[in-house]
Amino acid sequence: MQNALEIAVEHAKRQNATRIHRIHMRVGALSSVVPEALAFAFDVVTQGTPAEGARLEIERVPARCFCPACQLEFEPDGLFYECPQCGSLNVEIRAGRELELAFLEVSRQEPDDRQQTTDNR
Amino acid sequence: MAEITSKQAANDSAFTQTVAVNEGILSKNDLFAARNRARFKSSRLLVLNVVSSPGSGKTALIERTLTDLRGRLRGAVIVGDLATDNDAQRIARSGAPAVQITTGDMCHLEAEMVGKAANQLNLDDLDLLIIENVGNLVCPSGYDLGEDLRVVLLAATEGEDKPLKYPVMFKTANVVIVNKMDIAEAAGFDRATALENIRRIAPQATVFEVSARTGLGMEAWYAFLERCANERRQTDR
Repeated sequence: MQNALEIAVEHAKRQNATRIHRIHMRVGALSSVVPEALAFAFDVVTQGTPAEGARLEIERVPARCFCPACQLEFEPDGLFYECPQCGSLNVEIRAGRELELAFLEVSRQEPDDRQQTTDNR
Repeated sequence: MAEITSKQAANDSAFTQTVAVNEGILSKNDLFAARNRARFKSSRLLVLNVVSSPGSGKTALIERTLTDLRGRLRGAVIVGDLATDNDAQRIARSGAPAVQITTGDMCHLEAEMVGKAANQLNLDDLDLLIIENVGNLVCPSGYDLGEDLRVVLLAATEGEDKPLKYPVMFKTANVVIVNKMDIAEAAGFDRATALENIRRIAPQATVFEVSARTGLGMEAWYAFLERCANERRQTDR
């Protein structure tokens, strides 16, 4: 979660943002990450950072496999990734390993600039 | 721009925007791993990342492997441990150079730590580098260290359903080693079921059944390592 926060803060800075309101993450079923643990860690590591109080959204990405023999993409059912058509175990994992920061919602608090904008009108 | 700012400001007193990131959380680790991999390759070095639960016999396997391969492969070890250097000391008895990484409260090794530890070794004088990860079958699965082969070890005493309990780790394995086969029967280990579970969870993995204590089955493992190290030596830098 520390890594995710660092990436979020870095991207927020690039936009000159001072607050992070929302962090949207994608977590694959094969990423070994438990969303509840992520949410817990998030509350701890964001304290005292621009992301304090931000909303953490976790989008779960199910595993998806591809059987080259059948040219079939499927969502595996259970622990063994057998092709539902031919029973082969020789399949590629195409999705489910994701652990990504998808997007952020940030804002900029610039009371002086805003004042100027209003004055100009 | 000013328009948007003032509109937003009216209802939120701030300018809110959405920023697309689409970046892997472990992308920094992946970068260091790629750097390690390039470096290991230029030294024509075979690199193993050995993972298992605590107590499966990682250190015993590595100690025996390096002792028995003396004169056949020039090996070294990078060992991760939470607090002690006991494992590094044990491995040093094999005569191979051992570098200790004390991870403190971290449950896995990261590529950057491995890169730093590798600075203490003369990589060009080695054929085989074994990285002993922290005993844990969950967290290390997401961290590429720049290895050629991920070796997942399980002991017969852990039971035949271990691969089913940690499918993610087993699915990333290039090699699965079943250790403590000398006491498998006494431990009530159902060998056929275990091998079937490994085959179905990790069809991509090469499987060895060994006892690092008695040496049972170890020769097949050594022959495999020699073959892989030779292939490495013949690759272009």
